[in-house]
Amino acid sequence: MHPAPSVIVFSTFSGLGFGLLIFLGLGMPGVTGWSAFAFFAIAYLLAVGGLISSTFHLGHPERALKAFSQWRTSWLSREAWCAVVALTLMALYGAGLVFFGQRWILLGLLGAIASLGTVYTTSMIYGQLKTVPRWKSPLTPANFLSICIAGGALLSGEVNLAVLLLLVAGGVQIAAWIRGDTALAQSGTNMETATGLGNIGSVRAFEPPHTGTNYLLREFVHVIGRKHAQKLRIITIILMVVLPIILMLVPFNHFLALFAVLAHIAGVLTARWLFFAEAEHVVGLYYGKR
Amino acid sequence: MTQLPTHTDKQLGLVIDLDTCVGCHACVISCKGWNTENYGAPLSDQDPYGADPSGTFLNRVHSYEVQPEEGDAQLIHFPKSCLHCEDAPCVTVCPTGASYKRVEDGIVLVNESDCIGCGLCAWACPYGARELDQAEGVMKKCTLCVDRIYNENLPEIDRTPSCVRTCPAGARHFGDLGDPDSDVSILVAERGGMDLMPELGTKPVNKYLPPRPKDQLAQQEEQIDILAPFLEPVATETKGFLSWLDKTLEKL
Repeated sequence: MHPAPSVIVFSTFSGLGFGLLIFLGLGMPGVTGWSAFAFFAIAYLLAVGGLISSTFHLGHPERALKAFSQWRTSWLSREAWCAVVALTLMALYGAGLVFFGQRWILLGLLGAIASLGTVYTTSMIYGQLKTVPRWKSPLTPANFLSICIAGGALLSGEVNLAVLLLLVAGGVQIAAWIRGDTALAQSGTNMETATGLGNIGSVRAFEPPHTGTNYLLREFVHVIGRKHAQKLRIITIILMVVLPIILMLVPFNHFLALFAVLAHIAGVLTARWLFFAEAEHVVGLYYGKR
Repeated sequence: MTQLPTHTDKQLGLVIDLDTCVGCHACVISCKGWNTENYGAPLSDQDPYGADPSGTFLNRVHSYEVQPEEGDAQLIHFPKSCLHCEDAPCVTVCPTGASYKRVEDGIVLVNESDCIGCGLCAWACPYGARELDQAEGVMKKCTLCVDRIYNENLPEIDRTPSCVRTCPAGARHFGDLGDPDSDVSILVAERGGMDLMPELGTKPVNKYLPPRPKDQLAQQEEQIDILAPFLEPVATETKGFLSWLDKTLEKL
C-alpha cells in the first residue's frame, strides 16, 4: 500500500494524543489548574492535529461531515463519531479540572473509554480489509491499541507502567510482523484464484492493461523500500521501545524524558510507514506484482 | 445507505467469455468514450500526451500466459471491470453513503455528490474495479451503463452496456444473472462460468467463461498442412528462358 504521509502522521499523533487522554481520564497524573491545562493542551494538539492531517488525503474534505452518517456499517464513520464523543467528553472533564479544580470521575472514565474506542475504530478500518491479508487480523487492533496506551503512559509520566506497556507494545509489534510475513501466502488468494485460470495451469502476467501507471498501481502496489524492511524493523523497536525504556530507567531528568518521547514518536512513525509500505493488496496479483 | 440490500429484484451483470476475447481493447475505449461524457464526472487523464501519462478507466484488459503441465502455453486476454458483487465490500466501508447497491437491479453505484474521496472503497475492492479520479477527487466505477440500459432515447439494440455493444468478437454478454432462465444464466450453466477470488466471499454477479480446451498441434507427428503436397514443385527439370537465366547467373 502507498504509505501516504498524511495517514501516517494522523495515526501516529492522534494515537498518542488519545493515549494521553485515556490516562488523563483515569486521573493519571491527578493534575488540576494550569498543569492540567498544559497536559490537556498537549493531548488535544496531538489528537486534533492528527485528525486534521487525516483530511488532507480526502478528495473532497469540505464534505467530511457526511462521514458521520454510515456508522451502522462503516468503521471510518464510527471513528468519526468516537473521536467527536471522546473530544467532547474530555473537554468537559478537562474544564472541570482546569477551571473548577474538580475531578468528575465518571466523565473522565467515559472519556477514556471513548478515546480507546477511537483508536480501536481507526485500527479496524485496516483490520477489516480482507483485501490486505497482512492487516486482516486481531493483531492489527492489538498493535494500534498497545502502542496508543504505551505512548499515553509515556506522555503522562507513569514511568513503571510505561516500561511495562512499551514491552507489551514491542511484543505485539513483533508478533504482527511475524504473522504478517506469511499472511498473503496463507490467505489462499493467488494469481490462480484471481484469474480463475488455475485449473489450466500456472498463471503468469503476460502484458499489463496499460503501458503507464495508474491509480491502482500507485495506491496498492507500492514496492519501494521493502528491501530495507528488516533494518527498519530493528530501528523501529530500538526507537519505539528500547531507547525510551533506557531513558526512563536512568535517574529522572526533563531533557531525557523529552528524548524518550521523541524517540518513541520517531519509532511509531517508522512502524506506521512499514505498516503501509509492507501491506500487500491482492489487486497486485492481477498485475503479477506479488 | 451502505447497508447492503438482503435481496435485489434483478442481478444485472456481465458474462465475459475468456475463450472468445481477442484482446483488442475496443471495450476499454468505448467504455471510456461513453462514460467520460455521460453519468457523473468525466474520466480524466493526467499528462495524456507527456512522458508519464495515466488516467481513469472503468474497464481494463489484462493478458495472461497460462502454462499447463503438459502441452503448449496459452495466452488469455482478460477484461476486468466492476463485478457488481452481491456482498460488495466496497459499499459497507463507505462512511458517507455515497456507495450503494440498487435494490431494483443490483447495480453498485457511487453518488458522486456525497463522495469525499477517501478511497476506502477502492481499498476494500479485491478486483481493482474502482479508481479515484485525480481531477475530480471522487471515486469512479463501472455503472453497467445505467444511462444506456434504461434509455428510451436510444434504439433498442443500443440499450446494453457500451462494452458489450462494441465487442467485435461477441465475448461480452449482458443480462439478469438472478433469473436462471435468462440467456446469460444458461450460458454460464453450459460453459461452467466462474467467480473471481471466490474465497473472499464477495459473491460477484459478473461471471467469466473459462477458455475451451485447445488442440495439441505440436504433439502431432505427421505433416500438419494437408495442402502441402499439392504445392510441391511439379517441374524437376527447368527449361526455356528462365533455365538459361538461372544457369547464366550461376556461372557469374
